[in-house]
Amino acid sequence: MISKLKKLKQSLSKTRDNIFGKIGRIVTGRKIDDDLLDEIEEILLKSDIGVGATDKIIENLREEARAEKVVDSEEVFSLLKKEMAEILEKNKKKSLIENGFKPAVWLITGVNGTGKTTTVGKLARYFKANGKSVMIAACDTFRAAAVEQLGIWADRSGVDFIKAHTGADPAAVAFDAATAAKTRGVDFLIIDTAGRLHTKANLMEELKKIRRVTEKVIPSEHIFSKLIIDGTTGQNAVSQVKVFASAVGCDGLIVTKLDGTAKGGIMVAIAEELSVPVDFIGIGESIEDLQPFDADEYVEALFES
Amino acid sequence: MFGELVDKFDDIFRTLRGAGKLSEKNIKDSLREVRRALLEADVNYKVVKEFVKSVEQSAVGEKVLKSIEPGQQIVKIVHDELIKVLGEKAVPLAPMDKAPTVYMLCGLQGSGKTTLSGKLALSAKRKNKKPLLVAADIYRPAAVKQLKVLGDSIGVEVFSLEGKKPPEICLEAKKYAEQNFIDLVILDTAGRLHIDEELMEELDQIKAKVDPDEMLLVADSMTGQDAVNLAEQFHQQLDLTGVALTKLDGDARGGAAISIRKVTGCPIKVVSIGEKLSDLEPFHPERMASRILGMGDIVTLVEKAQDSIDIEKAEKLEKKLRKNAFTLEDFYDQMQQLKKMGPLESLVGMIPGMGKALKGVQIDESGMRRVEAMIQSMTPYERRNPGMIDGSRKSRIAAGSGSSVQNVNLLLKQFFAMQKMIKNVNKFKIKGLPKGANPFQM
Ligand SMILES: Nc1nc2c(ncn2[C@@H]2O[C@H](COP(=O)(O)OP(=O)(O)OP(=O)(O)O)[C@@H](O)[C@H]2O)c(=O)[nH]1
Ligand SMILES: Nc1nc2c(ncn2[C@@H]2O[C@H](COP(=O)(O)OP(=O)(O)OP(=O)(O)O)[C@@H](O)[C@H]2O)c(=O)[nH]1
Ligand SMILES: [Mg+2]
Ligand SMILES: [Mg+2]
Repeated sequence: MISKLKKLKQSLSKTRDNIFGKIGRIVTGRKIDDDLLDEIEEILLKSDIGVGATDKIIENLREEARAEKVVDSEEVFSLLKKEMAEILEKNKKKSLIENGFKPAVWLITGVNGTGKTTTVGKLARYFKANGKSVMIAACDTFRAAAVEQLGIWADRSGVDFIKAHTGADPAAVAFDAATAAKTRGVDFLIIDTAGRLHTKANLMEELKKIRRVTEKVIPSEHIFSKLIIDGTTGQNAVSQVKVFASAVGCDGLIVTKLDGTAKGGIMVAIAEELSVPVDFIGIGESIEDLQPFDADEYVEALFES
Repeated sequence: MFGELVDKFDDIFRTLRGAGKLSEKNIKDSLREVRRALLEADVNYKVVKEFVKSVEQSAVGEKVLKSIEPGQQIVKIVHDELIKVLGEKAVPLAPMDKAPTVYMLCGLQGSGKTTLSGKLALSAKRKNKKPLLVAADIYRPAAVKQLKVLGDSIGVEVFSLEGKKPPEICLEAKKYAEQNFIDLVILDTAGRLHIDEELMEELDQIKAKVDPDEMLLVADSMTGQDAVNLAEQFHQQLDLTGVALTKLDGDARGGAAISIRKVTGCPIKVVSIGEKLSDLEPFHPERMASRILGMGDIVTLVEKAQDSIDIEKAEKLEKKLRKNAFTLEDFYDQMQQLKKMGPLESLVGMIPGMGKALKGVQIDESGMRRVEAMIQSMTPYERRNPGMIDGSRKSRIAAGSGSSVQNVNLLLKQFFAMQKMIKNVNKFKIKGLPKGANPFQM
């Protein structure tokens, strides 16, 4: 746990030093005035939190500061942290691992290149490390060498692998995988799907079909659609969540590439507007670079200076 | 989701029109909305700040204060200024005038480098040049295989070496190209973070070894505020010569284009607009400016339409739009055609001024079916003259489509709003905007 937190903190430290560390500097020993709020606004906007969510956070901050008669600007800082953690936490789930049934199907979806296939590999290792049996299925039969790529992750994590040939019907592969997962009685079936932009109707239809067909074998409430969001993404991520959710549901996000300098503030914008929790974050290209998302930890790591 | 920006500008117009003439205050008010719009389009905060300042400077002046339609003037200034930042005209990739010419691609993970490599190879091939794809990504699982599959699909040779480091692979590839009459060498490097010193250094070594003619940063058009950081660092390390923007077939506004352009000063040379290897285009600053402003991109719309829409019908529609003669019949026709092209919302977003007009119209499929049914229940006369649909006609249409009079009313209301919007768009297009920004002036 400590090492995990450390890794997260390390990853976010660039963020912290560059941006959020500044909040500490700004608020120390200053009065709360419009200038201060403007500066906080700048910091939030630069983190991809978005205009809407930023406005809301600032507004609340202003109100609360007034209501609670906060004069010390350092208290503004803790108010701000509280505010952000609250937004991020409101959709939090109990457990990601214990379902009380098997198999649980995780349908991994998202726009192109966000890190779906890599995340499938990481999740397989994660579940396995938590004592669960796992099967992964390659339902990206479109992109060049996508199946081979997932095959390598299957080897790395040492889990069962249902593969398909390029050009196969992804729904048929999903059906086979679901049937096999049920027969073998594994705890988790993780389905990798092809990257698709949410604006492509035919590809979204294909995704719906994958889910529909899987439901012929696995009860719908045991199927969890997870949307993989690239942590570098700006405001477009909000539409991604909306459209994917309306197509196949979206009961959790996994936000990747947070090992870079992007702040992943889009998570806040999404949480602010939609009731979808962040389940995991990706912080690197290695198999263990996946962590369950913890809002307090995240905000703490962001703001710690 | 779409058209929010269009709405905002509509609102700005309204206040500005109401005010008659521009004061410094309402310039400031509208620029606040411009700022917001740009931030929502993911233009970097700092870049927005500078940009708004420069617009303000051009806006506060006699020219604007004297103008009759101040809203148009502001939008024109903003649009012009954006085009200026994006680069006034298209800059092509380095010419393949020596053999071999070398293009080197770099960028963050998953931005679209390998796919773009394939696209550039295909495009060279179509110019009767002989390309060579070089697999310089030895890290990502199955990256070499990916490139090989792409190369095979277009009949382009792929160079790879096992057990060698990327700088060596690239050097060997260049030697191979020199001996084998290759015109264009395309180096597909692994995705990397700009803060990964070791891997950034590797790019430097490749560059030193092969001396590329084009050093392309491949960036995802969905990138948020971080675009400035990554662009800055890649540029610092490698002296980029150009930028490729990918995944523009989505609905991201693409403000990252401005940010990247601002910090690197490098021209955006090509854009990637799909997963197929033929989905490559030169960069059009004007279109990008309109896109970022959310003003719609009728050019792209029409091009998209050419794939799936009857061209004759499209042309007829364009004429009708221009003459403000858009009827429910056309609307219905459009619905049928648009259904073939993809989610309506994204298309609607491309039509200038449509954002507000279509607000509340259900564009989910069941809503569409309802609207379809209502229009189907109208007589041709009614479709052409929606204004003539009175109470008894409404009841008949409602009964015929299994809907309600309220729904018929709603449809008509929205249709009229749309008609009006088209009228407004036409009006302001024809007067105010530069060519290219005017979608009806192609
Ligand atoms: N730095 C970093 N890179 C990541 C992370 N997750 C994935 N990547 C990299 O991002 C790139 C794309 O990852 P993939 O797993 O292939 O993405 P995908 O969503 O399956 O892509 P498509 O199937 O083509 O849509 C690869 O180079 C991965 O190594 C992460 O958390 N951090
Ligand atoms: N819709 C769309 N998808 C694209 C476009 N360009 C690339 N892609 C997709 O984006 C995903 C990632 O593309 P790659 O070419 O593998 O990206 P990369 O930069 O080589 O990735 P790494 O080598 O892992 O860093 C794939 O699913 C591509 O099919 C584009 O313009 N539009
Ligand atoms: Mg994949
Ligand atoms: Mg690649």
